[in-house]
Amino acid sequence: MDYYLQLVINGLFLGSFYGLVALGYSMVYGIIKLLNFAHGDIYMLGAFVGYTMLTVGAGALGGGTLVSLLIVMLLAMVLTGTVGLVLERVAYRPLRGAPRLSVLITAVGASFALEYGVAVGYGPNPRAYPVGVGGGSLSIFGARITVAQLAMMAIAMVLMVGLDALVRKTRSGRAMRAISQDPRACLLMGVNVDQVISRTFFIGSALAGAAGVMAGAYYGKIDFLMGFIIGLKAFTAAVIGGIGNLRGAVLGAIVLGLLESFGVAYLGSQWRDVFAFGFLILFLTVRPTGLLGERVTERV
Amino acid sequence: MTENSRPDEGGSAYVDAVEKRAPANVAFAGTGVGTPKPRRNGLGEALSAVLGSKWLAAAIALLAIALPYLNSGTYVIRIATDALIFVMLAVGLNVVVGYCGLLDLGYAAFFAIGAYTAGVLATKGGWPILATVPVVVLAAVAAGLIIGGPTLRLRSDYLAIVTLGFGEIIRITANNLDFTGGPNGLYGIPDFGDFGYRTDIAIYWVTAVVVCLAVLFSSRIGRGRLGRAWRFVREDEDAAEAMGIHTYKVKFAAYIGGAIFGGLAGVLFAVHQTAISPPSFNFLWSALILMAVVLGGMGSTPGVVVGALVISLLPELLRGAQNWRFLIFGVLLIVVMIFRPQGLLPARIGEPRRRGRTAAPADAAREGSTA
Repeated sequence: MDYYLQLVINGLFLGSFYGLVALGYSMVYGIIKLLNFAHGDIYMLGAFVGYTMLTVGAGALGGGTLVSLLIVMLLAMVLTGTVGLVLERVAYRPLRGAPRLSVLITAVGASFALEYGVAVGYGPNPRAYPVGVGGGSLSIFGARITVAQLAMMAIAMVLMVGLDALVRKTRSGRAMRAISQDPRACLLMGVNVDQVISRTFFIGSALAGAAGVMAGAYYGKIDFLMGFIIGLKAFTAAVIGGIGNLRGAVLGAIVLGLLESFGVAYLGSQWRDVFAFGFLILFLTVRPTGLLGERVTERV
Repeated sequence: MTENSRPDEGGSAYVDAVEKRAPANVAFAGTGVGTPKPRRNGLGEALSAVLGSKWLAAAIALLAIALPYLNSGTYVIRIATDALIFVMLAVGLNVVVGYCGLLDLGYAAFFAIGAYTAGVLATKGGWPILATVPVVVLAAVAAGLIIGGPTLRLRSDYLAIVTLGFGEIIRITANNLDFTGGPNGLYGIPDFGDFGYRTDIAIYWVTAVVVCLAVLFSSRIGRGRLGRAWRFVREDEDAAEAMGIHTYKVKFAAYIGGAIFGGLAGVLFAVHQTAISPPSFNFLWSALILMAVVLGGMGSTPGVVVGALVISLLPELLRGAQNWRFLIFGVLLIVVMIFRPQGLLPARIGEPRRRGRTAAPADAAREGSTA
């Protein structure tokens, strides 16, 4: 029983990571039907931005406490958000009327440029994160969970709930939902479509950046290709939940996290990614709209 | 219908398609960025015509086959064989991406399947390498069925990401299994036989002949009935369906065709390298092949061949600047898509004889911009 509980906790932890990245995927897809391949690389960029700030400003921030990590995370969110904004402006906006294939290829190019841009800047070798989150661990009904894990799950939860509130309750969230339904009508109704799309990119990229900093601090090692697999996983999560649906993305991420956690326990960790992508293919065959996919009106 | 993620909006696929396209046009009316402007000038047209002529193609094929007589240094033969294999991959991917408009981001998977099938049968089973070819084709088709079956019914974005995942699946599987040699891979893969020449030259000749045939085949099939259907599906899938084209079957044909090309290129690669290991088949390969197709001009066989030669021979000239090179490739992909989506040497579709006399410049520009 303890063993299974441990697997569930591991899965939830993994799922909260995937969720943060999947939200950005799903948001952007929901609004402009664009698969942003570079999203995983924004996550990687977040990790590197955090790394730079922690290395350069470690003294000013007062060492590796959780508080300084939080500050760095917020700054990294702003920076990655800006990168996302610029990316949309430079690469995606000129192609908004272009065929789907052109846009997809542009997204691949953007992903490539980000990856190897970082490889040029930081060198291709992995870097060790200056701040690790060790700390004690708690025991819940016999299953172990570290304080750091709990803190990160809490942060992820706060960000997700905040986003959900933003999309459902605020004016700009209403604009996002409206654009996802009918961009032309929005334009006629006086919604500033371009601005809302920019904002969406900012928010999605900021969330990915936050996840990047958290991953760097938790795993302790970052490299320029770390966004590739997580981008694929986040997409899988978004598809499982029903792409374009924010609550679905979180649900899908948790489902995927749990599946992986149990899959690794039964098949061995070398099959982790094969299992996840195999599941994606299977899922697309059986239910391409995702778990919450048919609630079209609720989509962002 | 491909519109699986919005099932409530049923009705006519064509109306949906028009509806979908309209907002973009409204949003950008007046800015002029959405509609590519005609960029063909006289020189480009002439260059394209020269590159598209069959005499030049025949001359290049002859040159490729005669290369060992011109320079038989081992280094030259080695990089020439590499480049030719890359041409075969690019031409194969061109069928999928260029003709049919399906974005395959895991093309290296078929390459890996071909190389590993041939390698395992030859080293573990002791088969002669030629006997493995039918099995390789079967394996590539089977993989194409497994991946294409579920995803080709969905919208094209899903295919892109599923193929990306599939590329990883194949690589990790080859890395984890015992009979594929795990992380060390396979070594000691036999050659085709030396025909009385030096081994590397014999391999080069086999490669050159196979690749020339592949290029010819793909260029011919692109002009036939199936090729037209592919282009139609690429331009407007819903309209193609309305005109009576079985889009699912046609897309399947392109995908399976591409898979077979990739598998055969894998056999050539395995024989040429004599040793294969999982890192040879990572995402970088798929991305580079895609880049060759996009830069050269999607759907244009001469363009793709030139693109593949440039991408594969460039590293030999620019050694040591790997990361810079990939950074530039990435930026180049974005720039090409924004400013010249038809590629550097775009396809000349349509009947050449008729268009020479009657086609208006506007038509030429339209056709050029459609890739």
